[in-house]
Amino acid sequence: MSKRTLKRLLPRGRHFVIGVPFFWLFLFFMLPFFIVLKISFAEADVAIPPYTEIWSWVDNQISLVLNLGNYLLLTEDDLYVSAYLGSLKMAAISTLLCLLIGYPMAYAIARADKEMQTVYVLLIMMPTWTAILIRVYAWMGILSTNGLLNGFLMQLGLISEPLQILNTNVAVYIGIVYSYLPFMVLPLFANLVKHDLTLLEAAADLGCRNISAFWKITVPLSKNGIVAGSMLVFIPAVGEFVIPELLGGPETLMIGKVLWQEFFNNRDWPVASALAVIMLAILMVPIIWFNRNQAKELEGKV
Amino acid sequence: MKRFSFSTLMLWVGLLFIYLPMVILVIYSFNGSKLVTVWGGWSVKWYAGLLDNSQLMGAVMRSIEIALYTAVAAVALGTLAAFVLTRIPRFKGRTLFGGLVTAPLVMPEVITGLSLLLLFVAMAQIIGWPAERGVLTIWIAHTTFCSAYVAVVVSSRLRELDMSIEEAAMDLGAKPWKVFFLITIPMIAPSLAAGGMMSFALSLDDLVLASFVSGPGSTTLPMEVFSAVRMGVKPEINAVASLVLLSVSLFTFFAWYFSRRAEERRKRAIQQAMAEEAVSWQQKAA
Repeated sequence: MSKRTLKRLLPRGRHFVIGVPFFWLFLFFMLPFFIVLKISFAEADVAIPPYTEIWSWVDNQISLVLNLGNYLLLTEDDLYVSAYLGSLKMAAISTLLCLLIGYPMAYAIARADKEMQTVYVLLIMMPTWTAILIRVYAWMGILSTNGLLNGFLMQLGLISEPLQILNTNVAVYIGIVYSYLPFMVLPLFANLVKHDLTLLEAAADLGCRNISAFWKITVPLSKNGIVAGSMLVFIPAVGEFVIPELLGGPETLMIGKVLWQEFFNNRDWPVASALAVIMLAILMVPIIWFNRNQAKELEGKV
Repeated sequence: MKRFSFSTLMLWVGLLFIYLPMVILVIYSFNGSKLVTVWGGWSVKWYAGLLDNSQLMGAVMRSIEIALYTAVAAVALGTLAAFVLTRIPRFKGRTLFGGLVTAPLVMPEVITGLSLLLLFVAMAQIIGWPAERGVLTIWIAHTTFCSAYVAVVVSSRLRELDMSIEEAAMDLGAKPWKVFFLITIPMIAPSLAAGGMMSFALSLDDLVLASFVSGPGSTTLPMEVFSAVRMGVKPEINAVASLVLLSVSLFTFFAWYFSRRAEERRKRAIQQAMAEEAVSWQQKAA
C-alpha cells in the first residue's frame, strides 16, 4: 500500500469526508465544554435559563464578570471534596477488581479454539448492548434485605439475620464491576488474541516455567490492552450516576450523583458546571492516556 | 495444556456472574405475587398489564423511534470518521480529530449530558434553534456518542481489509466515491450492521443523556423505568425489563448469525472462484 494510492483515494471529496464528522464532533462534543466552563463562572439566578450572563455591554464597555464563588464553594464544602475522593476510590477499586476478574476471562477466551471464541465474545458483548439500567435493577431484587441472596444464605444456615447489602458501598462495587466487566474483557481479549504463541514456546524450551513466562511475556505484551480496559472502566465509573443512585445508600458519596442533584434538584446550573469542570480536569490525564493508547490501536501500531 | 485451567474456570464463573442476575430477573417477571421477593406461582398478568399502560407504551415507541434515527446517523457519521482515521494518514488537526472520535467512549455521561444541554440552551438563546428540546435533541446527543462506538468497530475492520482490491478498482479508473460505495462498503457491511445495532441498543438504553437533553413530554423508556425503579422493585418493571432483554438478545443473536452466514458464503465464493480459475489455467496450459 503506497502513499500515492492513498492520496489518489480522496482528491476532492477529502475536505468533505474529513469535514462532516469533524464539524459534528466539534459542535456537539467539544464546543459544549467551553460553554460549561463559561457557565461555571456565572451565578445562579431565578430566570430562564437559571444563570447570569458573564458578559455585559454597558456604556460602550464590555465587562466580563468571572464569579469564582462556585469554585470556592467546592473547595470549602467537605461534601464536594469527599464526593470527588469517594468517586476516585470507588472507581480505582472497581477497576482493579474488573482487571482481576477480567484478565483470566480474556485469557481463557484468547486460548479457546476459534469456533468457541466468537461464541464467548458474543456472550461477553451481549450484556453491553442491553440496558445498564435493567442490569443494575436486577441486582436490586437480589441484594435487598428480603431478597434472593439473603434468602439463599439464610437457607444454607450461613447467616441467621439478613445482611444489609443494598444501599451500601458493597452493592455499588458489585454494580460497577458487574456493569463494566465486559469493557475490561473485550479490549484485553483483542490484545491477547494477537500474541505470538511461539514466544511462550521458546520460553518453555529455555526452561522457563509457565507462571513466570506468563508474568515475563504475556503480561508485558498485553500492556496496551490493560491500559485500554482499565481506562474504559475507570473514567466512566468516576462519573457514574445510575449505580450509586440505585444501589448505593446515604454513605455513598459519588460526584456523578452530587452533580445530578445540584442540577435537577437544586437547579443550580453554575455549581453543576463547576463540578463538571473539576471532574473533567481530574480525568484529563487518564482520558489523554486512553486516547494516545487508542490512537495507536486505531492505526494498528501495536 | 490442562483441560480445566484456572482461567477457564474464571471464564465460566464470570459468565455466570454476568448472566445469572438477568435470568433471575426474567424468571421473577412471571411471578404471580405482588410482592417481588415472594414466589406466588407463574403468571403473565404483569405483561398483560403493560399493554394498558399508555404512558409506558408511548415512551417505548418514542425510544424506538430515537434509536432508529440514531442507528442510521451514527453509522453514517462513524463510518466517515473511521474512514478518515484509517485511510488519510496525514492532515491538519489529525490528533485532535482522533481525540474527538475516541473521547466520547469514556467521557462520563453526566458531563456530556450537562454540556450538551448547556449548548442547546445557549443555541436557543442566540439563534433560536432548537426551539424546544425533545426527540431531536436526544437524537443529536445519542448520535454523537454512538458514532464513537461505530468508528471503533468499523475502523478495526477497515484496517484489516485488503487494500489491493480498492487500489485495483482505482487503477481501472473508478472514481474514489464509486470505489467507496461499490467496493469498500460491501466489504465492511457486517461491521456496519454491527455498529448500527450497537447504536440502536445504546440509544435504547441511555438514561443520563436523555434526562439532561429531553424536554417536557418527551420521556423515553429508560426515564420511565428509572422513575419507577427509584421507588423500589416493581413487578411491572420486571416485565418491561425482561421484554427489553429478550428483544435485544434476539436481535443480537440473529445479527450475529446472519453476518456469520454471509461471511461464510463470501469465503466459499472466493474459494470457488479461485478453484475455477486454477482449473481454467490448467486447461490452457494442457
